[in-house]
Amino acid sequence: MTKRTVHFKIYRYDPDKDEKPYMQDISVELEASDKKLLDAIVRLKTKDDTLSFRRSCREGVCGSDAMNINGKNGLACLTDVDSLAQPITLRPLPGLPVIRDLIVDMTQFFKQYHSIKPYLVNNDPAPERERLQTPEDREELNGLYECILCACCSTSCPSFWWNPDKFVGPAGLLAAYRFIADTRDQDTNARLDNLEDPYRLFRCHTIMNCVDVCPKGLNPTRAIGKIKDMMVRRAV
Amino acid sequence: MNVAKRTFDAVIVGAGGAGLRAALQLSESGLKTAVLSKVFPTRSHTVAAQGGVAASLGNSTEDNWHWHMYDTVKGSDWLGDQDAIEFMCKKANEVVIELEHYGMPFDRTDNGKIYQRPFGGHSMNYGQAPVMRSCAAADRTGHAMLHALYQRNVRANTQFFVEWMALDLIRDADGDVVGVTAMEMETGEISIFHAKATVFATGGSGRIYYSSTNAFINTGDGVGMAARAGIPLEDMEFWQFHPTGVAGAGVLITEGVRGEGGILRNSSGERFMERYAPNLKDLASRDVVSRSMVTEINEGRGCGPDKDHVMLDITHLSPETIMKRLPGIREISLQFAGVDPIKAPIPVVPTCHYQMGGIPTNYKGQVVVPKDGNPNSPVVGFYAAGECACASVHGANRLGTNSLLDLLVFGKSAGETVVEDLQSGNLRLKPLPADAADVSLARLNRLETQKDGTQVHDVRLAMQRTMQKHAGVFRFADLLKEGVEKIVEVAEEAKSTQITDKSKVWNTAMTEALELDNLIEVAKATMISAEARKESRGAHVRDDAPDTAERPNGRDDDNWLKHTLWYSEGNRLDYKPVNLQPMSPDVEPIALAKRTY
Repeated sequence: MTKRTVHFKIYRYDPDKDEKPYMQDISVELEASDKKLLDAIVRLKTKDDTLSFRRSCREGVCGSDAMNINGKNGLACLTDVDSLAQPITLRPLPGLPVIRDLIVDMTQFFKQYHSIKPYLVNNDPAPERERLQTPEDREELNGLYECILCACCSTSCPSFWWNPDKFVGPAGLLAAYRFIADTRDQDTNARLDNLEDPYRLFRCHTIMNCVDVCPKGLNPTRAIGKIKDMMVRRAV
Repeated sequence: MNVAKRTFDAVIVGAGGAGLRAALQLSESGLKTAVLSKVFPTRSHTVAAQGGVAASLGNSTEDNWHWHMYDTVKGSDWLGDQDAIEFMCKKANEVVIELEHYGMPFDRTDNGKIYQRPFGGHSMNYGQAPVMRSCAAADRTGHAMLHALYQRNVRANTQFFVEWMALDLIRDADGDVVGVTAMEMETGEISIFHAKATVFATGGSGRIYYSSTNAFINTGDGVGMAARAGIPLEDMEFWQFHPTGVAGAGVLITEGVRGEGGILRNSSGERFMERYAPNLKDLASRDVVSRSMVTEINEGRGCGPDKDHVMLDITHLSPETIMKRLPGIREISLQFAGVDPIKAPIPVVPTCHYQMGGIPTNYKGQVVVPKDGNPNSPVVGFYAAGECACASVHGANRLGTNSLLDLLVFGKSAGETVVEDLQSGNLRLKPLPADAADVSLARLNRLETQKDGTQVHDVRLAMQRTMQKHAGVFRFADLLKEGVEKIVEVAEEAKSTQITDKSKVWNTAMTEALELDNLIEVAKATMISAEARKESRGAHVRDDAPDTAERPNGRDDDNWLKHTLWYSEGNRLDYKPVNLQPMSPDVEPIALAKRTY
C-alpha cells in the first residue's frame, strides 16, 4: 500500500464545549504502513489531538477500540482501512451513553457482566494440585472463554438497546454459559435461577446481530440457546 | 484547583496481572484497598501474553524447581539475584495451581492435568534437553489469566477506580511514600490517594521503542513516577527484543509456536539456529535467537524484497495442532501478515518486548534503595511488582513464560508483605505533606497554558527513533554515545509539549502528554545505563565487548557483575552488588559459567 488520503465522517461531542453532537468531515493522508482503521485514526489524531477514543493492544485482545464503523460494530484495530467505503463513518457504540466522541459509558454493560457472577464457584476444599478436567470437557469452554468484553455484541442487540438494565445481553450470557459449561463449577442451578426471568435471558429473540459482529468469531446466540435448553430440561 | 483527598489502607496502581494478584491478597484480608487503572482491568497488557506461564509441575516431562532456577539464572546471564530467583521458581507450582482453582481455563493433558509445552531456554537436568514447563491456555494464556484474576477480584469485592491515571508519587520529608495523585479521566479531576501502603504494578514501558510488541498504554507510568520522585531505576539497559514480532506490524507471535515445533528459516530455507545453538536450536534463549536472526539479516540472508526479516515456519505441523494449540497466532498472521500459517511461513523480525529492569525491589515486593551504606534499604510504604519492578529475577535476559510467573509470584508476595506490614502495625497513616499535589498540578497547569511548544507525537516519535537506532538488538559504542546526547535533547523538547485539547472530559491529548513524561524517564535511564555498561551481557551486546577467550561472550564479571542504578536527578549512575547467594542455605549457588545453548 502506498500513501493515500482517506475521508472520514466522525461523530464528535465534547460536553465541555459542544451543545450537541455533530458529524465532523475530516481527511488524512495515510502512510504506507497504516493498514488498520486504528492506524488511520491514530494518524488522524496527530492532526487533531481533540479526537477522543479508547485503544490499547492494537491486536484485538484487549477490547478497547470497539466502535460503530460504517454502520456496523467492530474493532478498529482488526478492520482493514482500505476495505471500507469512504467517507468512513465512525460513531460510538450504539445504545450506551456517550461520554465524549467515540467513548461511551460502559457502566451498564459491565453491570450486566457482573450480574451473572462471572467467577468459578466450587465449594469443595481446594485440592493440593489442579482440579482434573478431561480435554473433552475443557473443549466445551472453547468459543466461550475468549470473549474480550469489547461490547460489540451487546450494543448491536436491539433487545439490549430497549432494556439495558434488565436484559443481561449477549456478552454477559456468553460469560454465564462459560461457567455453566465448566465441569469444575458447582453453581449451575443458582446460575439458572439467576437468569429465570422474563427479561434477563428470555429477551433474546435470536436476531443474531451479536454473532454477526463479534470480532473474535464467537457465538453468543448458541450459548444462550444452550442455557434456554437447560432451563427447559430442568423444568420437566 | 480543588483537590479531593481519599484515604485507604493500601492503594494499588495498575490492574494487570501483578496488580490484580496483589489486590486479591489485600481484598481477601479485609483491608481498605483502592486499585487504580487507566484502563478497564481486562484491557491491561497482561491480556496479550500468549505462550504460557512457567511452573515445574512435571505434568508431561520430569521437572523440578532446581532445574527451573538453573535455567533462569543462566538465562539472566548471572545478573539475576539468586535469592529472588529461588523464591520465584519454588513458588511457581503454588501460584499456578491457585490460578487453576480460580477457574483459569488451562488446556489439559489426556489425564486431565494442566497442559505444558516446551519454551525457549527452559531445560531438564541443567541444560540437557528441552522440558515441558510452560502451562498454557492455547496461545491465549495471558487473556485467560487476566480474566480469571479479574473475575476472582469481582468475587472478592475489590474496589476499582477504572480509568483513573496515577500522576505522581507522594513522598514525605522522611522519604517515605504516603500515596499518589491521580486524575479521573472522565472528569479531569485530580485526587490524592492517601494510603499507608502504595503498590506499583504499572507494567512495562516498551513504547519507548519505535517497533514494539507493547500496547499503546505501556508507557512506564510507575517507572517514570518513581524516577521523578527520586527512586533509582535498576538495570534499565536490559531490554528484551522478542525474536518473533510480525514484520512491519510488530504484533507478537508467541515463542510457543517454536515450542510446538515451529522453525526459523533464512532466505535459503535453512534452519539457521542449528549453527548458533546446536543444542536447543530454535528454543534457545530469546536474546540469543534475536541476535542470530539479526546476524542472518545483516549478512544478506534475510527474506523478502528488502531482505529485512526471516520466516517462522509451521507448515509441517498438522492443521489440527495449529487450530488447537495456536488458534490466536493463526488469526494474528491472517490479520497482520496476510498469511495463513497452515499454508505458508510467517515473516518475523526481532521486536522490543520486555523491560528486564525497573523499580528495584526485594523478593517481598518492597522497593529498596541505597541508604546509609545498605544498598537495599526498604522505602517505607512503597512496594512494586511485575514488569515495572526489578526483583531482580530476569537479570540481563528474561526467559519466556517467566514474566507471567513473575507477576503472579511477586504480585502475591507484595500483597502478603503489605498485609503483614499493616497488620503488625509497622505501617501507619503518615500525614500528607502540605504540597502533596503541587507537582501534579504544576504539570497540568503547564500543559493547559503552554504556548509555542512542541507536539507530543513529534517528540514521542523522535524518542522512539532514537531508542531504536541507538539502543537496539546490537549496540555500538559510538552510537550509544551519540544516543545519550540525542535523548537528552529529546527530553528537553518534552518539557514544552503543547496540546490543543483543553477539555476536562476524557482529554486523551493530555494523558498522552503525561505519559510521554514517563516514557522520557525510561528512555534516558535506558540509554545512559547502556552507554555506561562497557561489557556484553544477556540482551546488552556491544561491538567493543566481543567474544574472546579471556571474556567469553564479551561478559566482564570482574568489572560488571553488578546492578546499575540510574537516578533521574543529574542522570547519575550508581551500582550495587548482584546477590549470587540463594535464599536457602541448602541450595547451591549456580556458579558463573559461559552461556551457550
